Amino acid sequence: MNTLEQDLEKLVYERPDTLVETTTHYCPGCTHGVAHRLIAEVIEEMGLRDRTIGVASVGCSVFAYNYFDFDFVQAPHGRAPAMATGVKRTLPDRVVLTYQGDGDLASIGMGEIVHAAARGENITVVFLNNANYGMTGGQMAPTTLPGQKTSTSPSGRDVETAGFPIRASEMLSTLDGSSYVVRRSLHDPKSIRLAKKALRTAFEVQIRGLGFSMVELLSICPTNWGMTPVDSLHWLESNMLPYYPVGDYKINPIVAEIKI
Amino acid sequence: MPPKGRIEVDEKYCKGCELCVDACPQDVLGLAAERINAKGYHPAELIEAGCTGCGICTIVCPEAAITVYREVTKAQGNQ
Ligand SMILES: Cc1ncc(C[n+]2csc(CCOP(=O)(O)OP(=O)(O)O)c2C)c(N)n1
Ligand code: SF4
Ligand code: SF4
Ligand code: SF4
Ligand SMILES: [Mg+2]
Repeated sequence: MNTLEQDLEKLVYERPDTLVETTTHYCPGCTHGVAHRLIAEVIEEMGLRDRTIGVASVGCSVFAYNYFDFDFVQAPHGRAPAMATGVKRTLPDRVVLTYQGDGDLASIGMGEIVHAAARGENITVVFLNNANYGMTGGQMAPTTLPGQKTSTSPSGRDVETAGFPIRASEMLSTLDGSSYVVRRSLHDPKSIRLAKKALRTAFEVQIRGLGFSMVELLSICPTNWGMTPVDSLHWLESNMLPYYPVGDYKINPIVAEIKI
Repeated sequence: MPPKGRIEVDEKYCKGCELCVDACPQDVLGLAAERINAKGYHPAELIEAGCTGCGICTIVCPEAAITVYREVTKAQGNQ
């Protein structure tokens, strides 16, 4: 009897099947792609692909329905939480998520998101905050930082005339209908892991019927920020994180019992 | 000995963004300077030995373009 050393390979990671086998229209390095991948991984790991319905919004993620291999509908600008309300109330056994940018959610869609949270709609909102209107050319958004240069604030956001950035997670967490509202960031591997865990928790919250859940994800827009993707990650870390701290802003006590 | 691994980049997805290059703790990733894909990007590739199969590159890749393998050394009884 002899013993032979045999090298075998194991698969550590591969692209999830829940992402359609197609290239995306996103700019190189845009973390919309990371957010998409995390959602696909979580939906797949939870075995929810056959009963998930996404609601796409208007913004760079307007074509999100082309990239996920599950059902999707497309909402008018800002109205995704209203559309998701209708979908979820009609088909309560489905898992319903919206995918919205900061212009979509915190500007034109501020009414819909506030009332969906206030009603405690049993939906999950993925809120991609990149501090500008990416799709239309990098205009100032409600989330644009004080002093941040955009195409409509070329000298930097002046809070005297344009007001202060809105912290959507903190604001929505004050509403009794919200059950799980957290902010995470996509700027480094550790933060991305934590973002994935939060998405998982948010879907668990919905499955348990605990009401409104939202995961805000701080994201980069290298094209309109005028930086390389790597520099954008650093810019996010040093400029967005201080104003938009990652954290758990609303945790329904029952959420603490969810073990992932 | 650190574990041994390797990655494969599905070049049709890669946009040469360099997020994986920057994140790789072993500094074994780079862009293929002499090659472009259908979209005109220089795809990422392993440029030297030393990949541990840690998977960190896949966590930052916005295009889900990377597959990672790690070697498992098994002592096999052979009767
Ligand atoms: C009713 C209406 N008003 C305005 C627009 C123009 N518009 C398209 S996308 C967008 C903002 C998108 O910004 P955001 O939601 O932050 O998404 P991002 O592209 O940054 O991911 C605007 C104002 C529109 N499409 N429809
Ligand atoms: S414009 Fe900005 S948000 Fe839109 S795809 Fe490009 S980098 Fe991403
Ligand atoms: S698996 Fe780890 S070591 Fe190998 S290329 Fe990716 S990040 Fe680098
Ligand atoms: S992170 Fe992905 S898309 Fe970017 S260079 Fe690496 S493999 Fe290509
Ligand atoms: Mg935006």
